Amino acid sequence: MNPPRPVSADPLIGRSAWHWMFFLAALMLLAPWIFSSPFEQAVLTQMGIAIVACLSYNILLGQGGMLSFGHAVYTGLGAYMAMHVLQAAGSAGWPVPVSLIPLVGGVFGMGFAVVLGYVTTRRSGTTFAMITLGMAELVFAMSLMFTDFFGGEAGLSGNRVQGPALWGIDFKSQTQVYALVAAYTWVCVGLMYAFTQTPLGRLLNAVRDNAERLSFIGYQPQRVRYLAFIIAGFFAGVSGGMAVLHFEIVTAEVVGAARSGAYLLFTFLGGSGYFVGPILGAVGMVLSSVLLSEWSAAWLLYLGVLFVAMVMCAPGGLASIAVWHLRWIMQPEASRLWRWYLGCLFSACVSTSGAASAIELFYHHQLQSSVGTPLRWLGQSWATDQPMPWALAALAMITGAAGWVFFKRRWNQTWDTMLLPPRGAGS
Amino acid sequence: MEFFLISLLNGVSYGLLLFMLSAGLTLIFSMMGVLNFAHASFYMLGAYLGYSLSSLWGFVPALILAPLGVGLLGAAFEKWFLRRVHAHGHVPELLITFGLAYVVLEVVQLLWGRAAVPFAPPTWLQGPAFTLIGGGPFADLQWVWGAASEAACQPPALCSPFPATRAFMMAVALAMVLSLWALITHTRVGLVIQAALTHPQAVQTLGHNVPRVFMWVFGVGTGLAALAGVIGGSTFVTDPSMAATVGTVTFVVIVIGGLGSLAGAFWASVLMGTVQTMAVAIDLSLSDLWSALGLPLQASAADSTWMTMSLAQAAPILPYLILVLMLMVRPRGLMGTREG
Repeated sequence: MNPPRPVSADPLIGRSAWHWMFFLAALMLLAPWIFSSPFEQAVLTQMGIAIVACLSYNILLGQGGMLSFGHAVYTGLGAYMAMHVLQAAGSAGWPVPVSLIPLVGGVFGMGFAVVLGYVTTRRSGTTFAMITLGMAELVFAMSLMFTDFFGGEAGLSGNRVQGPALWGIDFKSQTQVYALVAAYTWVCVGLMYAFTQTPLGRLLNAVRDNAERLSFIGYQPQRVRYLAFIIAGFFAGVSGGMAVLHFEIVTAEVVGAARSGAYLLFTFLGGSGYFVGPILGAVGMVLSSVLLSEWSAAWLLYLGVLFVAMVMCAPGGLASIAVWHLRWIMQPEASRLWRWYLGCLFSACVSTSGAASAIELFYHHQLQSSVGTPLRWLGQSWATDQPMPWALAALAMITGAAGWVFFKRRWNQTWDTMLLPPRGAGS
Repeated sequence: MEFFLISLLNGVSYGLLLFMLSAGLTLIFSMMGVLNFAHASFYMLGAYLGYSLSSLWGFVPALILAPLGVGLLGAAFEKWFLRRVHAHGHVPELLITFGLAYVVLEVVQLLWGRAAVPFAPPTWLQGPAFTLIGGGPFADLQWVWGAASEAACQPPALCSPFPATRAFMMAVALAMVLSLWALITHTRVGLVIQAALTHPQAVQTLGHNVPRVFMWVFGVGTGLAALAGVIGGSTFVTDPSMAATVGTVTFVVIVIGGLGSLAGAFWASVLMGTVQTMAVAIDLSLSDLWSALGLPLQASAADSTWMTMSLAQAAPILPYLILVLMLMVRPRGLMGTREG
């Protein structure tokens, strides 16, 4: 149950939390100026929502060692409750300002975590994973049954432009929604980082690493898990509430197993052992669902393969790969490694593009060969019924793999002569 | 009455199918501590492979070859993937099977398309195995092999046929239960497996190749799932959502039965199959129960979703409801020994 490295002992983040928070604020302020179109700002808004969701998930996975398959229950139910309040504020005149809707979601996410988490967190490990899966299925099945609460197939929709506009902020433009989401995201990131530094946060790490030892010194692991679960539920609900304001619609898929799976997948891909890992993962989640799904029909396959490869080779995720890079680049003799590193990178690119070409060719051959249009890929058009494209793809895969083996060996030999113990990413 | 009996038989046969899945899953879990998230994916793979093979060579070769092929794939997955992440602990192991489930789903959709494939049972399994003819009270119940004649089914007599595929499903599953039981309790290999369940280091020290035992257990477990897939796929529907449909129920079954307990998995499978099948057929709601008990009900309450929802409508959530209740009342499951 051990993620690769404890969160709090991270030298890159722990020392200068405030610097990183200022950096994040600057990034968030700068982003809407660079990406000014409404579509780009919508993507940025989704990133903020996903960041809070993935960070809250990592309180369970990375910091508590609790593998949950049902985190979307808390983001989703928080979103549903927030939507009901938003609707009531519009129709029944409840005095709830639109800008507080994420907080409403948070409170209800927390409430559901208090109730459901009591059952869930009594177990740990595999049984915990199973119960969360059962809970998620239960809630999803209910969402299709109780149509007056969940809105059935069509879901619920609301309107964020309502109530008196304070200082001219009426949430009509995407920029204003982005600003609100960014503010909430910044505060939530700060709070969740602060949580890792509290005694409860440290106890949670202890529960993850050795629950038995913790109970010997007088703490109740169950209780620590429960409290952490409630806190995670709150931030999940905030994320759900922000999603309500952004999308203005909630459908049953927000509590679905696919959504829970996506949180797990991308939090892990980002790196559950580091605080910044889930942030990277969340950005990847939005980018892949918005961009990758446009580029390729096979994007879920790529995602699955990437995930399996990551679990096999770099269980610390993207964050651990970044840290690994920093570690060797900062070596005094790093210049000796560069050419082998670039060789590795180049051959990896060649091999990956070969494999991706093969997958694209295959997809095209299976799905669209009857139409007769050639595949557009890498700026060229390819005829999938000719042997040539297939041979090229195979050639790229093989030479890339051979190059990788050659350069990696050289890299390792050079690294060994520099007399440093660790080898390879993340292990 | 005859309808009730047929529903019960349908439920039990579905439960036995579930057991073919949960047996492998729970065996793998108790050996390696790995909850194989992709188990239902192997079930789906078995169904699709069975479909392709049966259109080439017929149903019986497919019934034998598809499980063999999938079992080999499973063993290969254990050897080259699962074993390599074993050192990192249980979470990466669970995650890699989770990733595999994604990949298998996509590959299946790529190879066989996103729509359901027409995987029909062979002609000798089409039609009913037997028919129950009832005219009212139980005493009049008649039993006819195969389909009943038109004349026998004239009202007031009611005919309830029991499909041959269901009977075949029951026969194969029971044969599997018996041979699995015999293998584990009466052979040398079974002895090693039993020992490796609890004391892998000791068994290793005695000179047995425990990793290889693990590999073959994984292979056999996934092969059984594929066998269930060939039968289930031809009886029900073979489409890309079949893994998700069966997968979560299988997890519920092994948790209710008690993680790592084969006997528990058996009884929980039969229970869950029966509950799911019977609930769909019962069109009663809470308000019906209320009035049957002779209790008064306010008009506002009588119209609420909770009171008017029939058991048939609530059927999809029953397994999960039972799961949550079981975990609250008896966390180790029906026959489990460990507390999780």
